[in-house]
Amino acid sequence: MASLLTQKSLVVGKLTKYVNDCAKRLSSHFIYYPDNEKPVSGETTKMNMMQAINNAMDITLRDDPTAVLFGEDVGFGGVFRCALGLQDKYGKDRVFNTPLCEQGIAGFGIGLATAGATAIAEIQFADYIFPAFDQLVSEAGKARYRSGAQWACGALTVRAPSGAVGHGGLYHSQSPEAYFAHTPGLRVVMPRGPIAAKGLLLACIREQDPCIFLEPKILYRSAAEEVPVEDYTLPLGKAQILREGSAATLVGWGTQVHVLLQTAQLARERLGADVEVIDLQSLLPWDEDTVCNSVKKTGRCLIAHEAPLTCGFGAEVAATVQEECFLHLEAPVQRAAGWDAPFPHVYEPFYLPGVWRCLHHLTRLLRY
Amino acid sequence: MALRVGFTFVKLNSLRQATRLLSTHTRPDVCQNGGTSDFPGAKAPYVNEIKFLNENSYDPIPIYRVMDSNGRVIDSREEPNIDKETLINMYRNMIQLNQMDKILYESQRQGRISFYMTNYGEEGIHMGSAAALSPRDMVFAQYREVGVLLQRGMTVTELVNQCYGNCEDLGKGRQMPVHYGSKQHNIVTLSSPLATQMPQAVGAAYALKRTPNNDRCVICYFGEGAASEGDAHAAFNFAATLDCPIILLCRNNGYAISTPSSEQYKGDGIAARGPAFGLHTIRVDGTDTLAVYRAVASARELAVSNKPVLVEAMSYRVGHHSTSDDSSAYRPVEEIQKWAKDESPVQKLRLYLEGKGYWDAEAETQCVKEARETVVRAMQHAEKKKLPHWKEMLEDVYYDMPPRLQKQMKEMEEHLEKYQEHYPLNKYLNE
Repeated sequence: MASLLTQKSLVVGKLTKYVNDCAKRLSSHFIYYPDNEKPVSGETTKMNMMQAINNAMDITLRDDPTAVLFGEDVGFGGVFRCALGLQDKYGKDRVFNTPLCEQGIAGFGIGLATAGATAIAEIQFADYIFPAFDQLVSEAGKARYRSGAQWACGALTVRAPSGAVGHGGLYHSQSPEAYFAHTPGLRVVMPRGPIAAKGLLLACIREQDPCIFLEPKILYRSAAEEVPVEDYTLPLGKAQILREGSAATLVGWGTQVHVLLQTAQLARERLGADVEVIDLQSLLPWDEDTVCNSVKKTGRCLIAHEAPLTCGFGAEVAATVQEECFLHLEAPVQRAAGWDAPFPHVYEPFYLPGVWRCLHHLTRLLRY
Repeated sequence: MALRVGFTFVKLNSLRQATRLLSTHTRPDVCQNGGTSDFPGAKAPYVNEIKFLNENSYDPIPIYRVMDSNGRVIDSREEPNIDKETLINMYRNMIQLNQMDKILYESQRQGRISFYMTNYGEEGIHMGSAAALSPRDMVFAQYREVGVLLQRGMTVTELVNQCYGNCEDLGKGRQMPVHYGSKQHNIVTLSSPLATQMPQAVGAAYALKRTPNNDRCVICYFGEGAASEGDAHAAFNFAATLDCPIILLCRNNGYAISTPSSEQYKGDGIAARGPAFGLHTIRVDGTDTLAVYRAVASARELAVSNKPVLVEAMSYRVGHHSTSDDSSAYRPVEEIQKWAKDESPVQKLRLYLEGKGYWDAEAETQCVKEARETVVRAMQHAEKKKLPHWKEMLEDVYYDMPPRLQKQMKEMEEHLEKYQEHYPLNKYLNE
């Protein structure tokens, strides 16, 4: 009887370990830090990021009769449900499916914007934006310039879910921001949560330049905040300081911001260091002043992003910090990034620059 | 009795087999079928014979023409109703285009402009299509459609200024020559990447469709080579599935630089793709200006009722691909001669006009002289103009100049203060 009990508890123990391991494997690599500050006063509603994006598009379709929303499977609400209910509300000619063709979606959107309509295009995953690379880089980014400002497609916004999701493998995990950040004429934006997503997306839609809006897909449901109900925008090209500190400056965007916020907390607890955390928000054009002023104050800088290290956007930030803050730097600028490999499936926990890798870099930075 | 019926059945079947074998007909028989299928992907009947379709399964799409090679109308019912003034204007624009091509081509050879592309052999497509449109229709072009721009009212001065990239160029000297554009004339500025304009034109057409009481359409020009790009596929499919008011006009001139159309596609040209995408389709003789006019005028009626149209205009690229190309390296001179002389769209329209008593040798001489003078005068002026201020290099990248670009402009300014003697500043506007 006793041995049976032991055996039973052993089985249960094994089972629990298995379930825990599974949960560990599928769990996200970060803790979500909700925004407490509201950009505008007034009524708020609890929304996750998917709902906040839906809300921004709802406001646009409501107030701008030329606005249309299109892409693969957006008619029934989109595979991430961001367009949920919008076709019923605004009609099939305003919210519609396109054929499965990314270069077509981008080109079609440029044309709409050229003819004066507001175009919100959805690329189902940022991993599939590359067939549209030519349209976005050669055409959208250069339309105003090459025509002497006679023509432009500034009313185009391309939304794409991006970033790691736990099990996305090579083609459901990528962060392609650096490819686009090398293209003068485009704006590249990535929000860190619902409040930022609504404000920045509305800004992108109204901005007179073509915008690529990369939505960290892992936050669609996991991030929830009290989001202002009314119409508001957040400025493009502006970074935001989320945590003040004097020991080092940590720069990130998208989901990585939450990794850095947790790193900052660990640094306080374990290293007794107060570090500053900056969400870049806009990658092109980006806010050099906020970052460089912070580094001039702290003397140390760590940049972290999910995308691979080599030629990642961190390289641009590091080079600028080095150039602008040379006399203030107490240590070489550090970068924690994805490894220079395709984004892997089962190795994701080792691939991402998670909180422990960031802490490792930060420790090196502080002890240099 | 049963045996007899069975025997007849066998006989009938073998007869059918024999007919099948002898038949040159390559499409499978639909007789003895089990009705129409319920597959969501296609509405089609079943067949029970295996037969693969190929490029010979369908008759080639015929080429619509109104005039013969001597400018005589073949069937008077098909003669378009174009007033005298418009006809003469179309022809004068052809002469103007030819003279501009001739002189600018030469000026490139002399190094006065950096690059040029002529339009020889395709004048009929330009004038015929442009005259059939409303000036409010949007034009998306590839690069060999300058006649369309002239017919739309762009001036030789504007075009020449673009080629020189001087301070009066609407594009501010940023693009290579022949990359024209004019908001005023609803001509979207051209870009070099081929076929990119095609899905864009479809998007613009969709935007027009959504404007209240729309009576406009979009025309999108492209060559048969560009039609091999993925963007062409996207455009055909989006235009059809989203019911866009658009005319997709292919200039099939037989060559994409050195690549003959036989190496570009295996099917029945570009037109055969139209019905496959669900587009209303017509193939037309592009050397016959009247045929192009009628085809595009009819296409426009369909397009503005949200029925997208594909027009394939057959022609021959008489000139070199560009000033960077010597086409005698890949095609016989006799071939070029035939199309330059016997099948010239300019000559056909002239003969037609002469037949109507609208034109004669004297008018021709006078018109050529004027066209020449117009171009030479425009070039003399264009050459005297300064290039735009160097700061225009960094304007219009964004609607507002971002701080980083402002910084770069300041950096260049400081650099020029110190090293100005190493830069051709005197050729550029100074403030």
